Amino acid sequence: MSIDAGLAKTRGSFLSRLFGRAADRPVTPEWLDALEETLLRSDISVSLVDSVMLQVRDVVADRKAETVPKVLAAVREALVAVLEPGERALIAGTGTPRVILVVGVNGSGKTTTAAKLAKRLRDAGETPLLAAADTFRAAAIEQLEIWAKRVEVPIVSGTPDGDPAAVVFDAVQAGIARGNTTVIADTAGRLHTKGHLMDELSKIVKVAGRARAGAPDEVLLVLDGTTGQNAIIQARQFTETAQVTGIVITKLDGTAKGGAVFAIADELKLPVKFLGVGEKAEDLVPMDPRAFVNALLPANG
Amino acid sequence: MFEQLSDRLTATFEKLQGRARVTDADLDEALRDVRVALLEADVNFKIVRQLVATVRERAIGEKVLESITGAQTVVKIVHDALVEMLGGEAVPLATADKPPLVIALVGLQGSGKTTTVAKLANVLRKQGHHPLLVAADVHRPAAVDQLQSLGKSLGVPVRTVSAERVADDVAAAIKGATAEGRDTVIVDTAGRLHVDAAMMQEVEAIIRSAAPQEVLLAVDAMTGQDAVEAASAFKARLPITGLVLTKVDSDARGGAALSIRAATGVPVKFLGTSERLDGLEVFHPDRLAARILGMGDILTLVERAQEHVDEKEAEAQARKLLEARFTFDDFYKQLQQVKKMGPIGDLLKMMPGMGGLAKQLPDPQQAERQMTTIEAIISSMTMQERRDPAILNGSRRKRIANGSGVTVSEVNALLKQFKEMQNLMKQFGAMAKRGKLPKLPGMPF
Repeated sequence: MSIDAGLAKTRGSFLSRLFGRAADRPVTPEWLDALEETLLRSDISVSLVDSVMLQVRDVVADRKAETVPKVLAAVREALVAVLEPGERALIAGTGTPRVILVVGVNGSGKTTTAAKLAKRLRDAGETPLLAAADTFRAAAIEQLEIWAKRVEVPIVSGTPDGDPAAVVFDAVQAGIARGNTTVIADTAGRLHTKGHLMDELSKIVKVAGRARAGAPDEVLLVLDGTTGQNAIIQARQFTETAQVTGIVITKLDGTAKGGAVFAIADELKLPVKFLGVGEKAEDLVPMDPRAFVNALLPANG
Repeated sequence: MFEQLSDRLTATFEKLQGRARVTDADLDEALRDVRVALLEADVNFKIVRQLVATVRERAIGEKVLESITGAQTVVKIVHDALVEMLGGEAVPLATADKPPLVIALVGLQGSGKTTTVAKLANVLRKQGHHPLLVAADVHRPAAVDQLQSLGKSLGVPVRTVSAERVADDVAAAIKGATAEGRDTVIVDTAGRLHVDAAMMQEVEAIIRSAAPQEVLLAVDAMTGQDAVEAASAFKARLPITGLVLTKVDSDARGGAALSIRAATGVPVKFLGTSERLDGLEVFHPDRLAARILGMGDILTLVERAQEHVDEKEAEAQARKLLEARFTFDDFYKQLQQVKKMGPIGDLLKMMPGMGGLAKQLPDPQQAERQMTTIEAIISSMTMQERRDPAILNGSRRKRIANGSGVTVSEVNALLKQFKEMQNLMKQFGAMAKRGKLPKLPGMPF
């Protein structure tokens, strides 16, 4: 993360040139401490925070930026720059139906995300098909079935304790037969530390490719927004096993900020595609890096 | 989950212990490392600041800079500060003056409440209690189905409530419990955000009418800095009596537990350690502090062994082992018992000084797989073959290999290993008889 680059971007800002001066508070040591706290509190990794703070202190010492709004703007730009790269739209896919796998640890919000995504696609004029491939957790299939009814999207369900890869295979086959544009498969929650469950996931990925060459087109890793530094480890493991193509951060309607995602974007170059901001079907919104950073580091910081 | 935190602190302390004297700069560096380690472990930043300040203050007070045992003193100061943060002794479940004992689970979405309810029922059932489950999560689709299905697999009854009168129905279920021969009622509530006013009111109403002796907050071990905020908000509205830290079988460093305990004073009571219904452990703060500092957790290991290993059987096997009368059949039984105790990697981590070994094993999963292979090979032997491997000629070996889906050379390798082990044990046994070795405890390994 480069504060210098962030600073360069703000230098030409018309508004800051116009209104900047009057409200300019000078940077104080107390304010720097508060900035560090805000960053740490949002779950941004301590190494990124330390790097930002080091640069900010340099910039202030070198008198490149001496006021609160200026420093804040530079930090924001640097944070946005981490999240900007990569394609945030859903991958079009190499065939029909497009196959999306939804993966993640237990309780991160996969089932809800799969349903919300189905609704988004349906509202956009697509004909999605849901696949309930979490055959492990008690009543997970029923949960997605209720959601499917709610968002009016057809569903292919597995049987409890059945083979999840077979469910995905059947769903893709059904999608081909019925002409669905996209198949969204909900998979069981699995801790990235459980070898046999990760093996199962790589089998699901493989079998999806057998059902339609090139599938899955998109593997979305669902991260609980309240997760701390473990998020990067999860992302690493899931990427290794299932070639994750994008991140969904859920539960951002509470007080958690989801800052752990910066380390993921920085290290794994994975784009964050959607944010879960509520329990209703329409509460899945496309990622906007600038809005995300502004929520984390408000103007009055 | 705590091993990475433990690794970092251990490295810091090793560096420190290498010094003849601790200088001002050494202390600064060590405290910087402690800060980073704790932040990386998701300990709340305010708590980290407090802890670092406390350690520095005490280090100066103890005059570690002038002392030649300064390094050890710093280690002890950090250890003590951690134990203080975690709270000292294990806090047991509350009891009811008059049955039923009522326990309610609350928490954020996806924190593991429903699974914990079932695990708790399993623990209580094993202790001879008769739990009743109440499915009061009327919000998440199929949450009731989930609890019913879990209740069914445990053989524990589950009551449902109507969405319009959740609080009243919960109270009614509790009232009727004693008449139905149930001495404990565990209430599962919906996941909710601490900032959702309507949902917080709902759970307040449920708790008011259920009047539970125990209100447990389920917290995901992977939670970051937000843990304190969420837990404090729950504590402000509800009489939280304990925490259940879930998903501890992840590799999360579990700082959330330290933080919540320190910030709210609510003790951690249980750890959720696996997806299986027996994956719930009583939390021992003192043991955890030792585990964080790399001192192992032998007590938990012994308890697991006691729970899963038949002691008489184990003693008989240990004797057989020393007298070299140990057969494949005994070996098979032992494998079964070890398997029941949990993943090998976890067991190794609990042994003092073995945490490093667990890491050296290229892959504990590999070890699990090997165990499964060995089991399969032994399963394919006849009883006679298990007792007397000498009769295993070529055709028998081939049959066993086919039966267990391995190659003949794998069967041969196992036979060779077994023979070597027997020889080793024979020598060992002879030495023990001559009194050259202390008596082995009644543990099968």
